Amino acid sequence: MSELAGYKGSSLVLLKKSGVSIGDQIEITTPKMKYNGILMPRYEYADDLHIVIKLPNGYNVGVDVGSVHSIKRVSEGIKPHFAPPLTPPINPKLPRVSIVSTGGTIASRVDYRSGAVHPALSASELYSVVPELSHYALIDAEVLFSIYSENMKAEYWSAIASKVAEKVRDGYQGIVITHGTDTMGYTSAALSFALANVPVPVVLVGSQRSSDRPSSDAASNLIGAVIVACKAPFSGVYVVMHSDMSDDSLAVHLGTKVRKNHTSRRDAFESVNTAPVAYIKGKEIEKIKPNLPPRREDKEFVLKPNFDTRVALLKFYPSFDPEIIGYLVDKGYRGIVLEGTGLGHVGSYCYGRLKEATDRGLIVAMTSQCIWGRVRMTVYDTGRDLLNIGIIPLDDMPSETALVKMMWALGNADGIEEAKELMIRNLVGETNYRSDIERRPI
Amino acid sequence: MIDYRKMGLKVGLEIHQQLSTKHKLFCQCERFQSDEFDTHFDRRLRPTQSELGVIDPAAMFEFKKGKIIKYHANRESSCLVEADEEPPHDLNMEAAESALIVAMALKASIVDELHTMRKIVIDGSNTTGFQRTIIVALGGFLKTKDRETPVQTICLEEDAARLAADHENYREYCLDRLCVPLVEIALSPVEGPPEEIQDIALSLGRLLRATRRVARGLGTIRQDINVSIRGGRVVEVKGIQKLDLISKVVEFEATRQSGLMEIKSELEKRGAKAEGVGLPLDVTKVFEETECELVKKAIERGGIVVAVRLKNFSGLLGYEPYPDIRLGREMAEIVRFYGLGGIFHSDELPGYGITIKEMKSVKRSLEMSDVDAFVLLAGPKDSIFDAAMAIVERARDAIQGVPYETRGPTPDGKTRFIRPRPGPARMYPETDIPPIPITEELLSRLKKEVPKPWEAQIEEYSSRYGLSRKLALQVFDSEYSELFEEMALKTKVQPSLIAATLTETLVGLSRAGLRIDRLDGKDLGELFISLDKGRISKEAIPQILEVILREGVELEDAIKKTGIVTISEEELFQIVERIVKENRNLIKEKGGRAFSILMGRIMKIVRGSVDGAKVGLVLKKRIENEMKE
Ligand SMILES: [Zn+2]
Repeated sequence: MSELAGYKGSSLVLLKKSGVSIGDQIEITTPKMKYNGILMPRYEYADDLHIVIKLPNGYNVGVDVGSVHSIKRVSEGIKPHFAPPLTPPINPKLPRVSIVSTGGTIASRVDYRSGAVHPALSASELYSVVPELSHYALIDAEVLFSIYSENMKAEYWSAIASKVAEKVRDGYQGIVITHGTDTMGYTSAALSFALANVPVPVVLVGSQRSSDRPSSDAASNLIGAVIVACKAPFSGVYVVMHSDMSDDSLAVHLGTKVRKNHTSRRDAFESVNTAPVAYIKGKEIEKIKPNLPPRREDKEFVLKPNFDTRVALLKFYPSFDPEIIGYLVDKGYRGIVLEGTGLGHVGSYCYGRLKEATDRGLIVAMTSQCIWGRVRMTVYDTGRDLLNIGIIPLDDMPSETALVKMMWALGNADGIEEAKELMIRNLVGETNYRSDIERRPI
Repeated sequence: MIDYRKMGLKVGLEIHQQLSTKHKLFCQCERFQSDEFDTHFDRRLRPTQSELGVIDPAAMFEFKKGKIIKYHANRESSCLVEADEEPPHDLNMEAAESALIVAMALKASIVDELHTMRKIVIDGSNTTGFQRTIIVALGGFLKTKDRETPVQTICLEEDAARLAADHENYREYCLDRLCVPLVEIALSPVEGPPEEIQDIALSLGRLLRATRRVARGLGTIRQDINVSIRGGRVVEVKGIQKLDLISKVVEFEATRQSGLMEIKSELEKRGAKAEGVGLPLDVTKVFEETECELVKKAIERGGIVVAVRLKNFSGLLGYEPYPDIRLGREMAEIVRFYGLGGIFHSDELPGYGITIKEMKSVKRSLEMSDVDAFVLLAGPKDSIFDAAMAIVERARDAIQGVPYETRGPTPDGKTRFIRPRPGPARMYPETDIPPIPITEELLSRLKKEVPKPWEAQIEEYSSRYGLSRKLALQVFDSEYSELFEEMALKTKVQPSLIAATLTETLVGLSRAGLRIDRLDGKDLGELFISLDKGRISKEAIPQILEVILREGVELEDAIKKTGIVTISEEELFQIVERIVKENRNLIKEKGGRAFSILMGRIMKIVRGSVDGAKVGLVLKKRIENEMKE
């Protein structure tokens, strides 16, 4: 934190002139009041007209710069001191689980004096913040990135996949990846393809309510993820999050079939067009779906961590401008995933540009913006026309998974035909050929 | 008689008043209380670690107990925000304005920018694990008859969820009250007798009501008081809902604290030291063949028995400086917090099945002498040491005098232990709500809304509506002052009748065990309008209200049910005529004095349907005619 973080303009000038820094004990005199307290950082997007001070009762107030007579430094600030947390005793015979963090703090500690939130990242910090972890596993924690979910990129997927492969070869019984929730579904799909046939469970986990609050879902989700990582009889890439508003009900979703379907709820993540592969109630994994790839002792699997980002996901809408497709073709894109209407349609005024795209060797595939249901392009003329142009229907695959899969297919296949063939083939459960009779099967 | 001045009694008041805003503080839900809940979910709150890795011991204990919190929500009164499933919306500015107006009425200094803070509370009363709170103003004063009480802070905050039940393994809360805006006013501690403190609270309540921006009715205002006496520490008594309990609670606390100070000086004389209070020792062995039922049961369930030695405490655990005030009793209250039924201490032993032999054994284990005392606890292994450590703490505090703790009021105005000392308030910024500058424009607009002092409003009730001062105060303090004014203006019904109905009549019904909170303002308004139109008589009012409350029907149905439909003048004449004719002999005999007998007979027939005064007039005239004949 810089000495006067967040301050700008007139408030910054005044503070500089007064020679005070954030954390200092100061006294501000105005015609109405004399404030004693600690100088606090300024909220970045707030105006430059106020100085924030923390009063002895713990409250913050903003003081109008214009009304300030004087600012005096009473004493220098005390730097926050973090005592080493106590680690509970751990049974060395427990399974080894690696926790790789990529961003989005799953555990944190609060400095109540300055109001700052500090992420808890090391294994010992995780144990001390979430002591239950010590019942299940010997944790090893590693910070790979520290980025916001929305800043995630395909190159990071590659790095995460390589890191997981390394951990598998090191003999961990399971790997947990903490991730910001916004793009966790994309990452889970990417890892599903890059780590196909991985012998142990790879579990992505996040939190919908920040970990600095007592009500955060972070700890229960993390415990659930660790339980799956060390106890699940199956292997593969999964997402563990709340299955409803209650803290003791978690669901395990298949990495290629999971979608964030709510902006804020704890149960935002849902399995789309399929049931979760399992649930976690208390300490137990329940209702495990049959036919999941089993956990294996051998460490044999092929890592394919390449992604070609020259792929776009286009949502069709009334008055969609087909020139967008033309632009992508001209820019050298190699693939387009369409999120069409209904059973998989786009306006006939797009045919020309789409034909051009397939003629120029782009893979163009169709998913539906309905989210639920299957693409069926043989029902209406429009669909049949599109099939004739060479658009590949992707059945019930979520459009985000389709995008990631196409990047991966183009990144790892030998030529366009092999990539097309990969797109159609079900590799890691991304496509179901049978639709459950229930809308949201459990 | 206790001399409060001599003991240095100081009381700080903290008033929490719900605001009557259209919606809640950080969402669009309306304030609305219901017993029907359609959504249920379970949560666990975990204490967040502070920079020092320190967790509030009370909070930690709660967490270790692993209590699940069950929330019940009504979809009309709570949304995803209360469920902590959606970030808070923008601050409700109507509530902020109300708090600012209160601040102006108290001549406090308003801050230049509002910052929302999170105050950690992990008992489950807030789904988030914290209460959102904002300092609105500092300083100012409350003027009462003969003093000015300084104001410390004025805050705007969200109300907590309603505790529905507390079980061994889980606790239930209803979300309807959660997030309702509250203004919290903390007054500086002042000296004075308990009645004067209560009077300050009353005045502050009236100042708030005078703004017409606060909610009325039971549970909409709560008082916390901080009580201390010279040499002791501050005791916080939380959640006093009834005003007339304040003086009793202050009195009890003053007495209790004096008692504790007496025990302290005795301990001092004996040279008791904190180190003399030993650490808990496992003495289960001593009780392997005990006859004491409680201890036996605890051991059978896999529990243990723990003893704590209190050096120089002999006789002081059972000593009762004032009725019901004993150190032993205080300790028993504390262990209840840890889920134990109570304690045994050496001053009350042998007894309860514990023998002299067992006592001697314990004394030997603890290396005790005759001036020492001991406390015994029996219970489950995992919580007994926490409880025993709390006893150690409490005994050490006794050497200091009055411990700093949080207590709650009992219905009869005493207090009981509810929580160990909370650590310093843990607050950090609510980053979901940006700071809100308070502009000069806003302040000058609100200045016009600062109400006249409540005394002036009472004066007006007397001068304008002819109410006695007592009735004026009653109606002003009631939930219905605004309805009163509206009806006094809108109808020709006598204001004093309206006021008396809204106060005395309702209080009477409430005393009869009826839930008058079920009456809504609209029904009451319609009642006076019906009276104004002559559809009902004023005598019928209590009966109609009673039917509404007892049978849960609408006003119209209640009017029909009570069969009270005003009879016409002609009908009245006919009834009077009939009665007079039937009693001609009586009139002849008694003359004018027959009036009261006949009046009684007629009223028996028409009560509730027609105004008694009117019956009187008609009957009087008819009797006069009869006598002339
Ligand atoms: Zn709401």
